[in-house]
Amino acid sequence: MELLKQIFVEPFEVMYALPDLLLQTLWEGFVSGTLYSLIALGFVLIFKASGVFNFAQGIMVVFAALTLVGIHAFGVPAFLAVILTLGVMALLAFTVVRVVMKPLVNQPDIILFMSTIGITFILIAGGQLIFGGEPKAMITEELGLPTGASDWEVGGGIVIFQHIDIAAAVIAALLIAGLALFFNKTKTGRALRAVADDHQAALSVGISLEYIWVVVWFAAGVVALTAGILWAAKSDVSFALQVVALKALPVLVLGGFTSIPGAIVGGLIIGFGEKLFDLYWGVPILGGGTESWFAFIIALLFLLYRPEGLFGEKLIERI
Amino acid sequence: MNAHDPHLGTKFDDGIAPGETLLNVDNISLSFGGVKAITDISFDVLKGEIRAIIGPNGAGKTSMLNVINGFYHPQEGTITFRGEQRRKMKPYQAATSGISRTFQNVALFAGMSTLDNIMAGRTLKMNKNFFWQMWRHGPALKEEIEHRKVVEEVIEFLEIEHIRKEPVGTLPYGLQKRVELGRALAAEPDLLLLDEPMAGMNLEEKEDMSRFIIEVNQQYGTTIALIEHDMGVVMDLADRVIVLDYGKKIGDGLPEDVQANQDVIDAYLGVSH
Amino acid sequence: MFYREAGQYKTTYEADSAKFPILQDKLFIWFYLAIAFIVIPLIGGEFFLGAIMIPFLVFALAAIGLNILTGYTGQISLGTGAFMGVGAYACYKMTLAFPDVNILVFIFASGIFSALVGVFFGLPSLRIKGFYLVVTTLAAQFFLEWAFIRIPWLYNYNDSGAIEVPQREAFGVIVTGASASAEVRYLVCLTVVVIMTWFASNIISGRIGRSWMMIRDMDIAAELMGVRPLYAKLSAFAVSSFYCGVAGALMVFLWLGAAEVESFDYNHSFEILFMVILGGLGSLLGCFLGAAVIWILPVIIRAWLPPIVDTLTPFIITSSQADLVSDIMIGVMIVVFLIMEPHGLARLWAIIKQKLRVWPFPY
Repeated sequence: MELLKQIFVEPFEVMYALPDLLLQTLWEGFVSGTLYSLIALGFVLIFKASGVFNFAQGIMVVFAALTLVGIHAFGVPAFLAVILTLGVMALLAFTVVRVVMKPLVNQPDIILFMSTIGITFILIAGGQLIFGGEPKAMITEELGLPTGASDWEVGGGIVIFQHIDIAAAVIAALLIAGLALFFNKTKTGRALRAVADDHQAALSVGISLEYIWVVVWFAAGVVALTAGILWAAKSDVSFALQVVALKALPVLVLGGFTSIPGAIVGGLIIGFGEKLFDLYWGVPILGGGTESWFAFIIALLFLLYRPEGLFGEKLIERI
Repeated sequence: MNAHDPHLGTKFDDGIAPGETLLNVDNISLSFGGVKAITDISFDVLKGEIRAIIGPNGAGKTSMLNVINGFYHPQEGTITFRGEQRRKMKPYQAATSGISRTFQNVALFAGMSTLDNIMAGRTLKMNKNFFWQMWRHGPALKEEIEHRKVVEEVIEFLEIEHIRKEPVGTLPYGLQKRVELGRALAAEPDLLLLDEPMAGMNLEEKEDMSRFIIEVNQQYGTTIALIEHDMGVVMDLADRVIVLDYGKKIGDGLPEDVQANQDVIDAYLGVSH
Repeated sequence: MFYREAGQYKTTYEADSAKFPILQDKLFIWFYLAIAFIVIPLIGGEFFLGAIMIPFLVFALAAIGLNILTGYTGQISLGTGAFMGVGAYACYKMTLAFPDVNILVFIFASGIFSALVGVFFGLPSLRIKGFYLVVTTLAAQFFLEWAFIRIPWLYNYNDSGAIEVPQREAFGVIVTGASASAEVRYLVCLTVVVIMTWFASNIISGRIGRSWMMIRDMDIAAELMGVRPLYAKLSAFAVSSFYCGVAGALMVFLWLGAAEVESFDYNHSFEILFMVILGGLGSLLGCFLGAAVIWILPVIIRAWLPPIVDTLTPFIITSSQADLVSDIMIGVMIVVFLIMEPHGLARLWAIIKQKLRVWPFPY
């Protein structure tokens, strides 16, 4: 009875009594949600174009941020460091496609997936070997990103908006819009959608698979760099980020593996959900720390109910 | 060999005499979303006969087989197999009630050997529990070897002794089709569904396959429903033929009657609808 | 030349379906077992047995568990570490509650608990396939990691948050705890692993193993041949988690002596998965080969690389950097094996055997 009250009554009483806390939580959920969406978007790009479930997307976020900070540490100006990092991500995209994806073409999905786990391992250990394992501060100010915060008074309390969070939401929205334009309006974008639809058919009209794959892996690298900068500006550049980035997986489950709007909506659901759950239910009932698994358990329950995701189409199996 | 030893040809004792109705398909309609795959089809299959289902591509033949063995669930209509009426059944139930099949695009277990693939057909006939399996020596091994004997009969029947231990993924297409038939036969089905058993075969392979089908039918009395495109084969093998076009039945009867049917000729030659 | 099967005719199906149909193989396996049971405990010291052989056996057992699920049933899992944790914590709680019971009983019983947990997290596999399982097994991993920290009852309210292995006996011999000798721990571990490997190979070659492989290769056809996906998948999850649970209990009780949540984190899930990939999906021998490579390679690199780099180049490498080097090598090996030989070391071994069989002729 006490438990039922804790689950169904008290959280809402608290929400009503402290609207500023609720708003603050929603805002934080929204910000982390956009970042989850951004990471998930990287997955979706590669999955759509090559059917590869790229487990390394999470570590690419860390690796990109590390490279940026590492290059900057050599005294390279921030904007040049960004360009050099993009170069590194392009090189990574080219190498991965050339060395790993191309020889594995037509292998079962599970083999390709496992190869990306191998890449993950190489990037984790390689990143630590080159840049060291200790957390580093992101070069937020050098990149011209805003710092500081604004307050907003609500119902007797205040809600704090970190400027970097606002910038993160705006940049994520711009990047997503840019990618959408790129895929819908350019020739490469059209080729990419053709490949996503049917490899063989795309090949037969003269689209180079290898080129398209390098493009999507690079695009995923750009998304990873953006996500890495924005995320690390809130905390630090560390390998712990990689575990956070794994939350893009439940986001994908909710949104469907091939849907860009799905990735966005899924990311927001997870972002709001885990913050609200932990504050109002996790801490009082379960002792807190539920953010580590909430997204995954939600995804698990959701899969039981609707395996094809929010926006995925129901598959008709043929034989 | 005592009476309990399994061996090929111990037929399903279903109490249905040859010539009586084994399977009755009543007013089946099936659609995916808004697309109608099958519209109001009815037919029957008699015990011991070879029944062919023919029709142009996309006529709903494979969908019909999928409905019969429970892989698709029709929106309307019923299926009566051995006197039991079913609307929705699971593929597993179809398998237990004695329906076995092969597939249009070979659906073998690619990572397993020919022997294991055909042993897989015996799955339902084996029942030693997990703990016996764990121990293996004793009842589980005895069971395994009894069934191995049956499987060897199938292998001998289909003349595939030489590829017994080959992984099926590496076999040529014609042999894969034969292994797949073997797997279906090892289940000792009451009703055998063959989905284009001769697709993509050369003349010699077709002749072999036709011979196996006739022998299965005559030697073991297995009822067969098959889909086939090669009209020559169909006219020779089948006792009765059903013709589907655009998900509807347009002909049903003896091969020579169907051949003379104007609707069927139109469907094949393509008269505008 | 030396490895000939000529003249060895099989006259019964029983002989034909034996696991080691060739006489030489049969002799070899007894030979290896004799070395493992007699020679290694006699000549291997405390370090070799305690820090190399026991972890090798533990990881091999966990790899068998994962291989049953991933290699034989085709269901990928990233929750191995957590399932090992369930076994370890279950064993700990049981032996605290009943200190006088033979510890081996609890080591096996702990597998039952992780089997139950495994079945629960395996339930979604009935509706979903492939990559989605990555998410649900990661759900198991992260949820259980959380539980190992947040439920103090599991570690008996120790301030350290760790489980510390008490001294326990089996058949009057001290098996666990600080005063158990490395030889005893090794022999107990070896016995458990050998018995469970034998059981696993029996299950795999019988009806149940075949139904797992049918699900792996073509689930729709398997269902139409009369395999119930519910039973096949959940039994694979149960057996797999059982093996992982026992491996987890062995890991803490016979090797580490004390453990906290880090011992079961998701890095371990990856490590075990790598053993399976490298050793060979769908091969029991591969589990041992993979465990050997992934466990022993870093040990060798840690011991040899720093002095070599030190003497040959002006650079200095710390042992943690050497570990990173071995991580990179493992990652590269994974990718190379997936490209060159997706069936892993076990397939390489089979090729070598085939070559030996026909040597000195090419065919």
